[in-house]
Amino acid sequence: MYPRLYSEPAEAVCASRDQRGAAVTTGLGYSAGTDDPMAPAAPTDSVRAIQGLSPGRLALRRLLKDRVTMVAFFVAIFFVVLALAAPLLEAAKLIDPQTPHPELLGGWGSMPIGPFGGVSPQHWMGVVPATGWDVFSRVIAGLTVSLVVATLAVMISVVVGTVLGIVSGAAGGRVDALLSRVIDFVLSFPQTLMLIALSTIVIDIIQAATGAPRTPASMAFMICVMGFFGWPYFARIIRGQVLSLKQREFIEAAQSLGARRGRIYFKELLPHLWAPILVYTTMVLPQNIATEAALGFLGVGIQSPTPSFGSILNDSVHYARADPAYFMFPGLTLFIVVLSFNLVGDGLRDALDPKADRQ
Amino acid sequence: MFYYILRRLGQMVVMLLLISATTFAIFFAVPIDPARYTCGKNCTPTILEGNRKSLGYDQPVPVQYAKFVQGLATGRDFPDNAELRAAHPEQVVHCPAPCLGYSPLQSRTINEMVSEAWPVSISIALGAFVLWMLVGVSGGIIAALNRGKWPDRLVVGLGLIGYSLPTFFIGLILLTFVAIQWGVVPVPSFKPFLPNPFDWAINLILPWITLACIFAASYMRLTRAYMIETMSEDFIRTARAKGAGKWRVILRHGLRASLTPIVTAAGLDLGGLLGGAIITESVFSMHGLGFLAVNSVTTMDLPTIVAMVLIVATFVVMANLVVDILYGFIDPRVKVGA
Repeated sequence: MYPRLYSEPAEAVCASRDQRGAAVTTGLGYSAGTDDPMAPAAPTDSVRAIQGLSPGRLALRRLLKDRVTMVAFFVAIFFVVLALAAPLLEAAKLIDPQTPHPELLGGWGSMPIGPFGGVSPQHWMGVVPATGWDVFSRVIAGLTVSLVVATLAVMISVVVGTVLGIVSGAAGGRVDALLSRVIDFVLSFPQTLMLIALSTIVIDIIQAATGAPRTPASMAFMICVMGFFGWPYFARIIRGQVLSLKQREFIEAAQSLGARRGRIYFKELLPHLWAPILVYTTMVLPQNIATEAALGFLGVGIQSPTPSFGSILNDSVHYARADPAYFMFPGLTLFIVVLSFNLVGDGLRDALDPKADRQ
Repeated sequence: MFYYILRRLGQMVVMLLLISATTFAIFFAVPIDPARYTCGKNCTPTILEGNRKSLGYDQPVPVQYAKFVQGLATGRDFPDNAELRAAHPEQVVHCPAPCLGYSPLQSRTINEMVSEAWPVSISIALGAFVLWMLVGVSGGIIAALNRGKWPDRLVVGLGLIGYSLPTFFIGLILLTFVAIQWGVVPVPSFKPFLPNPFDWAINLILPWITLACIFAASYMRLTRAYMIETMSEDFIRTARAKGAGKWRVILRHGLRASLTPIVTAAGLDLGGLLGGAIITESVFSMHGLGFLAVNSVTTMDLPTIVAMVLIVATFVVMANLVVDILYGFIDPRVKVGA
C-alpha cells in the first residue's frame, strides 16, 4: 500500500560517512548527552583555535537549526510518551477505553447524541456508536498497541536486515550472490496480499501452538510478518554501504592484525552504519504504523474490542455514513502520528547528508 | 538484445515457479486441513471427504502442485478426480490454459473470476497512474526550478502531507463527503468504458484520486531530488551556454536525464497495481483483483489466494523486465544486455 522505499535517500545517507572513521561512531552518541550540544567542541587548553567539528556534530547542528523537524520531533516524542503512559493512565482511570456509556447514545446500540459523534467535555472525540466507549481513550490505548507492533516489527527488520546485509556485503562471492537472490525473491512477493493471506492461517497456528488468546496472537503475527517483509530493504542498503566501506584502510588494518570475521563484521563495520540504520528506522516506523492501520481497516490483524488504529478504524467504517466523526478523529490522529515520524525521518536524512546544502 | 530478453524471460519463469511453489507450500502443507475451509457450517464427514476428493486434496502436496503447473501450461478439468469425472460427466468443468484453478466456494474457475475483475483493476490503475505522473512530475519540476522559494516549500509540504495520509483515510473522506453527503459525483460503481466513457470516468474519479495521492506525493519528492541534482550538472551549463531556450534546457536536457530513475519507479509501481489496488478497491467496493484477493482471504478460498499471489507476482516480475529493457531507450548511456 506504500510505494516502495526508493534508493534515493539511501544514496544520500551513504555520503554522510566521513573520512575519519571512528569520530563518526560517537557523533550523535555523546553530543546528545552534553548540556549544550550547540557549543563547539570544548577548546583545548587556552588556545581558542578554529575547531574542526565531527560530522556527527555537524549533523546535530543542522538538525537543531531545522525548526520543522524539531517541532515534529517533539510531537513524535509526545506521542511515544503518551503511548508509554497509556497503561498507567488506564490504571489511574484517567482514560477508560472499555466502559460503555449507553446513556450517551440515542438508545442502546444506536448513534451518539450530540454533534460530531457526541463530543463533550468528558469525551473529547465523542463516543463509539452502539457501545458508547470513549473514542479518545480508545485512540490513546490504541496508540500504545500500534506503536508497540510497529516498533517491534522495525526491530526485527533492522536486526535481520543489518546482519544479512553486512554478511552479504563483506563476505562477497557465493554468499553474496545467494543472499541477493533471496532478497529479490522476498521482494517479488506481493507484500500486502501476503500479509492478508497469511493472517488467518498464521494466527490459527500461533494460537494452536501457544494457546495464546486472539489479541496477542494477532499482534505477534503482525510483528513477525511486517518485520519479515521489511528486512530485504535494510539488507540492500546496508550491503551497498558495506561494499564501499570494506575497501577502506581500517578494514585492511583489522584483517592484517588477524581479526576474525565476526569481529570485522560487528566491531569494525557495524559502528559505521548507524546513520543509514537510524534514518531508515525512522522512515520505516511510520510505514509500519500505517500498514497496521490499513490492514486493520481490511479486517486483518488486531480486532475490536482491543483498540489499535487498525481495529478502531475498521470498526468506524461500519458507521462511516451515519457518524463520520468516528473515523475522522482516529484517522486524523493517525495522520498526525505518521506525519510527525515522517518529518523526523526526513529531517534526519537531510541533517546526515552533507550534500544537501540547506539555505 | 534478443538473447538478453530470452534469458530474462527464462529467469522470470523460474522465479514465478519458485514463488507459486512457496505459496502453495504455505497454504496447502500447513498442519491445517485445506478441505476444512471448503465446507461450511453444515459440514459432515461425507461432504468433507467428497470435497477432498473432488479438489484433489487427498493427494500429496507435490502432486497437487505439479497438477497446478500442468494446468497453467495445458489447462485441466475439474473435479480433479478421474473417477468422479467419469461418474458425473455433466458436472465436469473445463478450465483452459493458463488454468489458475477452481474455486470450491464460488463453484467456478478462477480464470472466470479474474476475467471479470481484471477490467476494473486496469481502469483504476491506469487512471491513477496518469494522474500521479502528471501531478507528481510537474510538481517536482516546479519545486526544483524554484528551489527554496514558496512554490518549492508548497510542493515539499504537500508531498509530505500526501505521503503521510493513509490511502483508506483519504478514500473514506472522499466517499463520505464528496460522494455521499455533498453528492458532487455519483457513489462510485464500475461502468464499462465503451458505451459511455464519461460515465466510466466520473465513477472512477474518486478511486483515481485516492490511489494517486500517495504516489503523486512520492513522485514529487523523487522528481524534485533528481531534477535538482541534474540541473547542477555541467551539461546543463553547456546547453545554456549554447543558447538553448529555457524550456528546451529544462525538458530536453534536464528532465530527460532525470527520467531514468522516475521511469524505473513508475514501471514497478504500475506493475504492482495492475494486480489490484487492494485498499482503494475495498474502500469503494470496486470488484477488481484486489477486492477478489481480499474476499478470497476472508472466506479462506485457498486456490484463489494462491492464484492471486501468482498473478500479482507475475506483474511485478514482468514490470522489472520491461523497465530494464526501457532503460536502453531512455538513457543512451545504458547498454541493455551488456
